[in-house]
Amino acid sequence: MKHRGLFLLQLGFTLLVSAFLIVPVVLSILAGLTVNYFVGLESGLTLRWVIEVWTGYRDTIFLSIGLSLACLAVTLVLGIPTAYVLAKRQTALTRAIEELLVMPVAVPGLATALALIVTYGGLAGFRTSWLFILVGHVLFTLPFMVRSVLAVLSAIDLQTLEEGAASLGAGFWARFRDIVLPNCRAGILAGSLMVVTLSMGEFNMTWLLHTPLTKTLPVGLADAYASLRLEIGSAYTLVFFLMIMPLLLGLQAFAKPRPTKFVAEETE
Amino acid sequence: MRRDVRRLILLLLPAGIFFAAFFLLPMAKLFAIGGSGKTGWAAYAAILTDSSYFGSLLSTLGVAAATTVATLIISGISGVFLQRHKFPGNGALVAMLTFPLAFPGVVIGFMVIMLAGRQGLIGQVTQALTGDKLVFAYSLAGLFMGYVYFSIPRTILTVMAAAEKLDPKLEEAARSLGASPWRVVLDVIIPGLKPAFISAGAICFATAVGAFGTAFTLAAKINVLPMVIYTQFTLSANIAMAAALSFVLGAVTWIVLALARTAAGSTVAAAG
Repeated sequence: MKHRGLFLLQLGFTLLVSAFLIVPVVLSILAGLTVNYFVGLESGLTLRWVIEVWTGYRDTIFLSIGLSLACLAVTLVLGIPTAYVLAKRQTALTRAIEELLVMPVAVPGLATALALIVTYGGLAGFRTSWLFILVGHVLFTLPFMVRSVLAVLSAIDLQTLEEGAASLGAGFWARFRDIVLPNCRAGILAGSLMVVTLSMGEFNMTWLLHTPLTKTLPVGLADAYASLRLEIGSAYTLVFFLMIMPLLLGLQAFAKPRPTKFVAEETE
Repeated sequence: MRRDVRRLILLLLPAGIFFAAFFLLPMAKLFAIGGSGKTGWAAYAAILTDSSYFGSLLSTLGVAAATTVATLIISGISGVFLQRHKFPGNGALVAMLTFPLAFPGVVIGFMVIMLAGRQGLIGQVTQALTGDKLVFAYSLAGLFMGYVYFSIPRTILTVMAAAEKLDPKLEEAARSLGASPWRVVLDVIIPGLKPAFISAGAICFATAVGAFGTAFTLAAKINVLPMVIYTQFTLSANIAMAAALSFVLGAVTWIVLALARTAAGSTVAAAG
């Protein structure tokens, strides 16, 4: 009987926490579709704000999609070989490299952005191009790709697989293409989802790195929150939700097994 | 063997060059610029010697500490509960609790405004109940709420993963020896989850110290270090001070994370 009470208490608490997280999302979605949020739902539903956001901020949406895909491409090219090396050699040096790579996540984005500006801000063509933002996003997302691929590579017996292939005459690149890449597919997929989602939402660095012509979606959001009415801010947020929803659902599917692995790794 | 090593170095090269050019070099430059202002290298001590910067440092650390404690308590209770009791709707609850996993700081700030802002839900409810409108979004309390919102999803995931690894036999043993539910929590569950709490807590703390988007959305006058750095850089054009402060901020978060990793690692090793 006492246990049942405890169960209900915990259930109630958890329901409250979920409400804390979900209620504002629902409110914001409603606000984005309401004629006048201050009056309430009685004022009627409309797509007017969403359309206004689409016409006014379309560019930021396209820039963010382009940026996150470019970021994905770069992190794949830089991250997979790095993860492979880190999985192959576990020495003090590779551990130090791993530690270094995570620094842009540990260090506040504001600091990284300032560092980039004081170093490369003088190169006008680079400073005003979207590539400047891309550099920041790659720094920030690369560790997630590396870790995600590394987690999978450490879980399989890479050595035996590679030796087997090598004994059958497969050269290095053939092994990399036919053994390593297919085996870390799950890690690459999870890492890719993470990279795209993070790049799409990155604000801490981007706010300093952007120029009036290179505004990303979160930058546009901050603009809209600061200067426009609540309904437009909400409609913009709604557009953002719609864009990251598939990514979030994908991440959720992956997020569950991944931390488990992380813990298992640490226990060993 | 030689060829092997050469190939591995070659594979590391692209990431290495990118990282050196766009992170190590800029960070070194940032460090140098931090010491090039009117006050010279004393700028690095200003965070402790200048009372206004020191005040911002204290409120930054205070919000971060409060966020960490609140998030760990909330996520600890709900995470263990959801891992232990599988009931219809469990999956839906987990999905809801982890939904905001990748919301950027600006969006989190807006969520706080929806709840506690001028037209927010809390304001409407309190006005209906007491006649007074409770609005706290645009202050440190709002920032705290935002950081807790931000940290719950990832912390719950970590706690659930760790709770899955706990051996239920230990709890049964404790119970059969006559331990009350409360003692089981204190002596079995919390120690078992300690590594997860340390690593998740460190991440909460570090994000709350360094995050900027939420504070930026809520109000420019919230006195936390990232906002101070931002105003030094943009409004006062005091680049040297902004550089010194952000370097210190970066060092603080990095040290917190590194310490936590060492602590969590050694606890795990001791337990295993």
